[in-house]
Amino acid sequence: MGVLSKGEVKAYAVKPSEKGLTAGRWAMVIDTRVCRKHEPCEECIHACHHLHNVPQIPYKKHEIKWIWKDEFEHAFPDTAHEYANEVLKDREFLLLCNHCEHPPCVRVCPTKATFKREDGIVMMDMHRCIGCRFCMAACPYGSRSFNWRDPRPFIKNPNPSYPTRMKGVVEKCTFCTERLAEGKLPACVEACKHGAIIVGDLADPHSEINKILREYFTLRRKVHLGTGPSVFYII
Amino acid sequence: MHDAGKVIPGIIAFVVLVTVPFWTNFGKAAPKPQPEIPKEYKKCVESRDFMRREHMKLLRKWRYDVVRNNMRIYINSEGRPINMSLQNECMRCHSSKKKFCDVCHDYVSAHPYCWNCHIPPEEKKGWATKEVKSLTEEASSKQPASHH
Repeated sequence: MGVLSKGEVKAYAVKPSEKGLTAGRWAMVIDTRVCRKHEPCEECIHACHHLHNVPQIPYKKHEIKWIWKDEFEHAFPDTAHEYANEVLKDREFLLLCNHCEHPPCVRVCPTKATFKREDGIVMMDMHRCIGCRFCMAACPYGSRSFNWRDPRPFIKNPNPSYPTRMKGVVEKCTFCTERLAEGKLPACVEACKHGAIIVGDLADPHSEINKILREYFTLRRKVHLGTGPSVFYII
Repeated sequence: MHDAGKVIPGIIAFVVLVTVPFWTNFGKAAPKPQPEIPKEYKKCVESRDFMRREHMKLLRKWRYDVVRNNMRIYINSEGRPINMSLQNECMRCHSSKKKFCDVCHDYVSAHPYCWNCHIPPEEKKGWATKEVKSLTEEASSKQPASHH
């Protein structure tokens, strides 16, 4: 830009937000015992989907979801078995992008539209997505949704400070990067009145999240695949 | 030359036809686009000349830095920090896409796809309409109903 601006603009300088929350590796713990107590609470889902202009498309095949619920045998198919106790069978599990340590979606993306940030968040650059859906085939968690149609007619009450998506791109949870940059916790964490969702720094051994992981028995989804999910479930 | 009587009038007719737009518009310049400049704000991100000439490059760099590098603040040549956001920062002052962006973009026939996803200030009320029901019915009627 320097040449054209005739020295008018000295240098292109940017910096990160000062208020931003940072971590070595972001991770999340979901206490499914708390969720079970308050069923059918879906406040985290509503908050997330409202804030990020996620359309409510009633037709199941075109559905877009960032965070949703499913039963044990779908969430943890390698752990579920026919003799599992009733509590596990009844409980619904909050599912979202696992922000994997070795994300398969990132490996297959031909345009680097989806990439892993230094803080572990698997992020989408919508400007680059060409809608090839390789990432959807690669993700073993079904965390990605494709926009088969213009989502806008299905957004009842849009949030004017966040973009929508357009027909032909893939989207998913972004761990609320835009909120972390403003010093706010992810929308689902903030929306949960019962404190069932905790986020923190997995790379810091003294962090709250690491204490919780040491204390409680937790599960991660499909660990045998080697993706290294960053979302943990207290059972 | 063979058939000069046909070829020469043919060439003349061709030249006249091709240059018709020049003759019909001769001396009538299309009015210069006048984008609406916000009155209550005096200073943009950089000087007016710079913004006129290079806003697209600046925005492209911003989007790269925000999305890919998590850099959120631009320091302008006066040292003033600016939140890098088209939807939340640019449009805070330029409160109308129609009266600002579109005026020049239409004039030069540029069609940037910013607004396929970003929400212009005019459209904050949303798009959900009565059509939704019919859209859904139409979509499901095209696909086998057996799914799920």
